[in-house]
Amino acid sequence: MISRRSRRTMLAVGASGLALGLTLTGCSTGGGSSDGSVELSYLVDNAESTVATAEALAEAFNAEHEGEITVKVDTRPQGAEGDNLVKTRLSTGEMADVFAYNSGSLFQALNPDQTLVDLSDQDFVDKFDENFVKVVSGENGVYGVPMGQSMGGAILYNKDIYAELGLQVPTTWDEFVANAEAVKAAGTAAPIIQTYGDTWTSQLFVLGDFANVLAEDEDWAEKYTDNEAKYVDEPAFAGFQHLEELGKADLFNEDFASATYDDGVRMIATGEGAHYPMLTFASGPLVLNHPDAVDKVGTFPIPGESAESNDLTVWMPGAVYIPKSTEGEKLDAAKTFLAWLATPESCDIQAESSAPQGPFVVEGCELPDDAPAMVTDMQPYFDEQRTNLALEFLSPIKGPALEQITVAVGSGITSAAEGAKQYDDDVTKQAQQLGLDGW
Amino acid sequence: MSTLAAPPLRPSPDRKQRRAMKSPYPTWFFLPAGVFYVILFLVPTVVSFYFALTRWTLFDVEFIGFDNFVQFFREPALIQGFVNTFVYAFLTSGLKVVLGLLLGVLLTSQIVARGYLRSVVFFPVLVSTIGVGITFKVLLDPFDGMVNQALAAIGIEGPGWLTDPAWALLSVALVDVWKGVGLATLIYIAGIVAIPQEYFEAAKVDGANAWTNFWNITLPLARPATVTVVILSLIGGLRSFDLIWAMTRGGPGYTSDVIASVIYKQYQAGFFGLSTAGNVVLFLAIALLVVPLQAWLNRKRDDE
Repeated sequence: MISRRSRRTMLAVGASGLALGLTLTGCSTGGGSSDGSVELSYLVDNAESTVATAEALAEAFNAEHEGEITVKVDTRPQGAEGDNLVKTRLSTGEMADVFAYNSGSLFQALNPDQTLVDLSDQDFVDKFDENFVKVVSGENGVYGVPMGQSMGGAILYNKDIYAELGLQVPTTWDEFVANAEAVKAAGTAAPIIQTYGDTWTSQLFVLGDFANVLAEDEDWAEKYTDNEAKYVDEPAFAGFQHLEELGKADLFNEDFASATYDDGVRMIATGEGAHYPMLTFASGPLVLNHPDAVDKVGTFPIPGESAESNDLTVWMPGAVYIPKSTEGEKLDAAKTFLAWLATPESCDIQAESSAPQGPFVVEGCELPDDAPAMVTDMQPYFDEQRTNLALEFLSPIKGPALEQITVAVGSGITSAAEGAKQYDDDVTKQAQQLGLDGW
Repeated sequence: MSTLAAPPLRPSPDRKQRRAMKSPYPTWFFLPAGVFYVILFLVPTVVSFYFALTRWTLFDVEFIGFDNFVQFFREPALIQGFVNTFVYAFLTSGLKVVLGLLLGVLLTSQIVARGYLRSVVFFPVLVSTIGVGITFKVLLDPFDGMVNQALAAIGIEGPGWLTDPAWALLSVALVDVWKGVGLATLIYIAGIVAIPQEYFEAAKVDGANAWTNFWNITLPLARPATVTVVILSLIGGLRSFDLIWAMTRGGPGYTSDVIASVIYKQYQAGFFGLSTAGNVVLFLAIALLVVPLQAWLNRKRDDE
């Protein structure tokens, strides 16, 4: 056993090696400014829409708190590189005063109980959707304020094609396949769009099917975390099986292996393709690049065996957190900022500065009337409470290689059974790395 | 035995003096470079051997012995990764030797526009690997790519160079050769130019043709160049990562994964201890292959 002190030293040595590159590029944290107001740095990822929203929020907030608090937006890379940067800065105590990050399993990897400021004593927490509170909580507290909207992992479909061919929105898998076959027979569009040029887009048939898994076994997520449920077994196996089935039936677009996410959004918007399994954050690029198609692209949940249990699988928004390294008057200012982020005023700014991708999870926040059809199609599922959280919000385990595995299954390189087996092994590795019991 | 006849080896005063005189600079001149070497190379190397034995999340370090290595060798992509790495390394270094030698001979002979051709061959070496990868990814796109469109114009249906599992690794290897052959050529040109002209003149007197010249003079005497090219391109091939990542990300599926990309994916997933263990394995694998190879190639040279 290594003493606590030396462990910390080793940690510092390792982390500072990683941090070296970051500090060299100058990620300075701003101090108090000369006019007596507190300056807060707000770290967000560098996606165009994220930055636009963050800037708009900061501007409105600064105008309201002139002379007291100034929020300054900093950016970081997206994806795994950004994840590692956030972890490094948190572990070295060099984090920005407030920062935006994912909720769910990625958030759990930040060791929230050790690194973040607990917000459970704040009034605004009561206004959050219950599901959301779950996905930003550790064992000892609630840590985040929602940023953006929830979204669905569903099938986007082109309403023009459906109208032309007289198709109905399917509620079972067999109906869905029949619709796809009808599109194929018509020959004008690709029945189902797959875009393996961006590998992450290949996961939807597995991840978006999770509401159907829960419909068959409502304790599946806990069993999965406890190493008692596997993807090689039904009901979870269906996702892999569906993917294999569609690939074998030759229902994908011809260039599925090299097309990218942007191609996919274009195809569903212009009617080059009829169905695209995707997260509804595709409304962002849709509104930006194909504004005339905003009402042509609709959404339905990924169908399962039974029409009764055809619920929508929902992803929670990311959140804004305060690290433990923020102290004193900065901490008070940061809490003021977070409280303001949970107001309808802030929601309106968020909906304005980038296209909404689903309903808000804060009480009193409403979607604008001109929200894309993709988003309004989801509202009934929320109203009727026919939604379920995606697996990554119910379990800390998500195997990192799923995207490679689903690409291989969809392309016919590996069989569904083999793919599911590979994913179970991948998940085992993740669970062991997390140090979970029973693995 | 003839060795007995050799003069006894003894450290002559003359020799001792030469050693002391070896460097005209005082030792502390090496200090700045030494400090950087220790901080930026030695310390991380040693520390990585420790972290390879831990479960490391950046927040916590837990010592778990050799579990990471056990896990690493159980990796489903690993076998494929190892096979791919060796196929890639041997294919690229073999092609670089053959093509580099041929181009070297060509570009040292009396041909028109020699200087221009030399710079054309060397040019790809100067371009960023990521840039090359992205460019070729566009060129090799199965539908809109220039390569397949050109093939279509003459009636051939090109394969999905980077999306067909049978072609992906090979395509990347060929691009690697395109990019790296200039350096091999340069080394060969230097080696061939250094061969004294007297050999060729003597061969001419004996009535040798171009082929015998090449086979009996150029090839054996360019041996040091061959050794350098083999070692350099083999090490480069074994730890190659950037080109593969830019072009296929190891895909489709796992079909073009090499050890370095397997390791990188683990790092991306936040398995820091595990990926460090992978790096230690890669370090040892390269060392175990290249050090004996280098010793063997150099010994053979000394024998001659």
